[in-house]
Amino acid sequence: MAKVLMIHPDKCTGCRNCELACSFEHESRFRPGASRVQAYTWEREGMSVPMMCQQCDDAACVKVCPTGAMHRSTTLANLVDWDERVCIRCKMCTVACPFGNARYDAASSSIFKCDTCQGAPECVTFCPNGALEFVDDEQQVRSRKKAYAAKFKEAFQEVS
Amino acid sequence: MFGWTGTTLRVDLTKGTITREATDLELAHDYLGARGMGGKIMIDEVAPDTDALSPANKLIFSPGPLTGTFAPSAGRFEVVTKAPLNNVIAGSNSGGAFGPELKYAGYDALIIEGKAAKPVYLWIKNDEVEIRDASAVWGHTTPDTTDLVRAETDEDAKVACIGPAGEHLSPIANIMNEMHRAAGRSGVGAVMGSKNLKAIAVFGTGAVTVADPDRFKAAVMKARKLIQAHPVGGTGLKAYGTDVLVNILNQTGALPTRNYQDGYFPTADKTGGESLAAKQLVRPKGCFSCIISCGRVTKVDNPAYAGYGEGPEYESAWAFGADCGIDDLDAITKANFLCNEHGIDTISLGSTIACAMELFELGVITAKDTDGVQLTFGNVPAMVEMTRKACTGEGFGAKLAQGSYRLAESYGHPELSMTCKKQETPAYDPRGVQGIGLNYATNNRGGDHVRGYTIAIEVLQNGAVMDPRVTEGKADLDITFQNLTGALDSAGACLFSTFGIGAGELAEMLSAVTGVEYSVDEFMKIGERIWNQERLWNLKQGYTTDDDALPKRLLTEPIKTGPAKGEVNHLDKMLPEYYQLRGWDEKGVPTKAKLKELSLA
Repeated sequence: MAKVLMIHPDKCTGCRNCELACSFEHESRFRPGASRVQAYTWEREGMSVPMMCQQCDDAACVKVCPTGAMHRSTTLANLVDWDERVCIRCKMCTVACPFGNARYDAASSSIFKCDTCQGAPECVTFCPNGALEFVDDEQQVRSRKKAYAAKFKEAFQEVS
Repeated sequence: MFGWTGTTLRVDLTKGTITREATDLELAHDYLGARGMGGKIMIDEVAPDTDALSPANKLIFSPGPLTGTFAPSAGRFEVVTKAPLNNVIAGSNSGGAFGPELKYAGYDALIIEGKAAKPVYLWIKNDEVEIRDASAVWGHTTPDTTDLVRAETDEDAKVACIGPAGEHLSPIANIMNEMHRAAGRSGVGAVMGSKNLKAIAVFGTGAVTVADPDRFKAAVMKARKLIQAHPVGGTGLKAYGTDVLVNILNQTGALPTRNYQDGYFPTADKTGGESLAAKQLVRPKGCFSCIISCGRVTKVDNPAYAGYGEGPEYESAWAFGADCGIDDLDAITKANFLCNEHGIDTISLGSTIACAMELFELGVITAKDTDGVQLTFGNVPAMVEMTRKACTGEGFGAKLAQGSYRLAESYGHPELSMTCKKQETPAYDPRGVQGIGLNYATNNRGGDHVRGYTIAIEVLQNGAVMDPRVTEGKADLDITFQNLTGALDSAGACLFSTFGIGAGELAEMLSAVTGVEYSVDEFMKIGERIWNQERLWNLKQGYTTDDDALPKRLLTEPIKTGPAKGEVNHLDKMLPEYYQLRGWDEKGVPTKAKLKELSLA
């Protein structure tokens, strides 16, 4: 069993508490630019979508890393971890990630990617809307699937 | 330095100069930021007799020390300037993410002075600041301006701008940020327009630091729990938005109807938050760091009023709704969209249209004045058309865009303007709710609800219960709310956080962020200092105790129907006590002892 971070854009209100919690956890200050999660808002449509590393099984960032700094965690299931001691800051991981979920930060000489706060993601704790969820893989889509199932239930209840 | 960035940015549009100054931290400790600090800067730098629309007026954008942190629902900023509507210190408060972005760019405040020779916009990217030509964006709506400015700066820049109403110097023009959030009242948009400043775009990559991270996190977790457990802060506002108040106020008998001719609107339910959620609502939205999410993303499909945007808030739905005798929520939502797109205050404009409707029904004005429109109460297309005209400034709209006081006075009937100190009073009838009347009368920016929201107790029973119909205890209640809000606004917090937390939680978060120890008493004292500072400014503008008044109608014409039938407001029973409890003399002038106590003398 492994936990996965689930994103529910339909529930996101664009408040960016996730970004604040993430940067506070990693730097003890508020710097959204240091956040490993970004909630983008399209103002005309009033729609927001949080984006963060999905800890790919077959991760492009791990594949291209020449030193093994980007690696699958041996202690936590479903975590692509970054070892700052081994990393040479070649930034190939930031080039390889097709989602843009790893970036290099010059100020701190770090690669910013989600580390799930080592299994207790603060963004999830601080999201007031349930738009971010840290759930067992077996229940990964349960809330979404069940919400839709409930609509069918309503419909069938009426006709039966 | 914690909470504050330590730097204030000054832009002189006449000279084209950009300078950085150290924020006066001693003052910041006493005035916090936003409304308090902005007001202090203005009083120190703007002569009282300055013409609000002259280059000598200043326009100050200031977030608070909590802004940019994850203190719940505390990402706000204030626009402070001398108000073109009524000469008071206009402090218009807005949410969104513009305030936090200013902090991340490195600034506690942005002071704009002078006047550009031609239309410009300001581009702030951390410490790179440029005044740029805005000739290509002048004339555009606020959403289009936002997109155009972003295309020239950064796609994620936060943009505050004026629409056509601000360009036309309407004294009820607002400043919109991120397309849908408004620094709405007292005509701050006209000051921006008078400076030929179309927009401000900000992009910041810095940080807001915290003195005691562990203490702050603990205080935030506690505050969040309290708000989330509150029936209004935790669930009500997200489900129905502020417009949930329509039915509540109507059931109280205090929903001003047809320009305050009545206090009850039988079909009000059609305009309430429940109806909005059932039809126009697309999804709730939150400002920066907000856990309440009262924002409404809305859509109107009805081809006559089609549109997409945000709102309406309760006060807007009331102004274009019950106050105009209208119960068509599609049309109300459309009027709200038009106001946001053109940058004009919904409360003042809706109330001004209601005033014009009464003038029309009395025969003071006719279709000749109104460009042929039968401007009667309940005429839905007329209301939307007049809103559009006021937004663009065409025909009779140019008169409406002056606000109800100037409109009614120009036709010899100032008594039909439902204003205090020339600013339109919002959606709570002082005849049905006594304490809010005292707040309107004494409020430093005139007709205003947010700076003395006694409704929280008198109607919503938030933490305490008080009969809305009695006058006893209301002076004390008003003062408490006015002082609390002075400090809360200046910290960068949202008024709605008080649906869950109070001065205790705010003072604790503020102490943990800034490293300056604020007790509850000190926090409230800051609010009192700010209130008195604003009062002193008003006295210099020539306002006297005679202006601590309500429209005569509210004192002499009883509500005709509904639960508060027969009621009038008894301001005279509350005002002397208010002065006394404030430590002011019988003419409403703060005593020397009071000013000394507040370090204002």
